[in-house]
Order: sequence, then C-alpha cells, then structure tokens
Amino acid sequence: MRAVDFWPPSTLEIVFLLLGLVAVGSALLVVTTRQLVHAALWLVVCFGALAGCYLVLTAEFVAWVQVLIYVGAVVVLLLFGIMLTRAPIGRSDDLDSGNRVVAAVVAVATAGVLVSVVVGGFQHAYADLRPGAGSAEELGASIFRNWVLPFEALSVLLLAALIGAIVLSRTDIKGRR
Amino acid sequence: MHVVYPAVVAALLFSIGVYGVLARRNTILVLMSVELMLNAVNLNLVAFDVWLRDMLHSGQVLTLFVIVIAAAEVGIGLAIVLAVFRTRKAIEFDRLRELGEP
Repeated sequence: MRAVDFWPPSTLEIVFLLLGLVAVGSALLVVTTRQLVHAALWLVVCFGALAGCYLVLTAEFVAWVQVLIYVGAVVVLLLFGIMLTRAPIGRSDDLDSGNRVVAAVVAVATAGVLVSVVVGGFQHAYADLRPGAGSAEELGASIFRNWVLPFEALSVLLLAALIGAIVLSRTDIKGRR
Repeated sequence: MHVVYPAVVAALLFSIGVYGVLARRNTILVLMSVELMLNAVNLNLVAFDVWLRDMLHSGQVLTLFVIVIAAAEVGIGLAIVLAVFRTRKAIEFDRLRELGEP
C-alpha cells in the first residue's frame, strides 16, 4: 500500500467524481421532485451514472448487468406500478409526508456519521486499478467455480418471487378457508 | 483511485435513500428510495472488491446477487402495492392505518 496524494487527482478520479456528482444529484432529485414520473426518470439517470462509476472502477460486467436489470427492468416495473395505481401524471403536492424535517435531520446525521467514519478509516487506502479484473470471463469463472451454491439458491429465490408475485396479483385465487 | 471517493459517494447515496424512505408518502417512491440504498451498498462492494483484489471476486459476485435480490424485491413489492391499491384505493402510507380487512 503506497501513499498517494489527493492532489492533483488523476483523470480517472476526476471522471469518477463527475459521475458520482451526477448520481448524487439525480438521487436528490428522485427524493425531492414533485412529479411521480419524473422521479422514475431521474432514477434512470442515477443508475446510468452508477453504471459509469462501475466502468471506471473496472467492474465492466457489473456495469452492464446494472444497465440491463436496473435501467431496463426495475425502472420499467416501477413505471408500470405508477401507471397501474392511477397516479397523477402532473404535479402533485402531497408526495411528501409531514415528517420531512425529521427525515432531513436523520439523513444529514447519517451522512455526517458515515462520511466522517469513511474518510477517517480509508483516507490512505489506494486501489490500483487493473483493467480486465471485472470482465465477464473472470466473473463467470468465479461464479461457476466458487459461488455455484449461492447462485443456485438465488435462482430458487427468483422462482419463489415470481410465483409469489403471480399469486399476489391474481384475484381469482382464494385463500384456504 | 482513492477508496475514499467511491465510499463517500456511496455514503451520500445511502443517506439520500434514508431521507426518501422517511419523507415520502407514496409507496412507489419509497421503493425507489430503497433501490437507491441498495445501489449505494453495491458501489461500496465493487470499490472494496477492486481495492482488496479478492481472489474469489466476492465483492462483485455479491453485487450481482444484490442486483438480483433487488429485482425480486421490486417485483414482490409492486405486487403488494397493487393488491393494497385494489382493496383500499390508496397507496399513501399515512392513509393505510387499519390492519383488519375493510
């Protein structure tokens, strides 16, 4: 572990910080915007910027999975949910509950604690980025050699979630009396 | 790449998610904030995996698992939200006060 100065930041760090700025800014817009659909669209921006962060951190496979599943599937699901619950499309002023101030205080306290702990704990940690460390080849080999059992358990969990979602959303299945 | 940068970005994203969960009334917006928190954890996992150069790639593999679990969670969550909407005609948290059947 060699000591590297914070100033000047390398090009990679500048790119990462810009992407992180986009992610944090759009996340702030997600939790503060007054239009429900805009929140989902800002979520797309946030997830896309995070995928860029993963790319900068050489985790390319994770980045593409993020784009496919989060931007492609999760946000579309959320938009479907917004549509099916007949949410108002325009501005609506009742999206926030009465405890905004308390929530802001809790969030600022969380951010303060986490950031100070992280900065205090890892200010000398420096990661040498090695291209190709997160490629599909390496990750696939790792999943199917060392992580096969959790992988299979996860596929069972996905199946259970699928069946659960079907059972929950069908109206003609009655419970046992 | 200093490890502090991704860790700080992840901490900020997590606290934004905390704010969203506590301050929003609409259930779908709360689900979105939960997704933000999960993404903060993912960023941490990837950054520390890259830093520690784990031979098993546990950080990135766990990130993939978290992404899959988040997808399952959103599916189930939206099914529950739709079931609640069908029976109560509202998905605002503070209007869902009764526990029994209507």
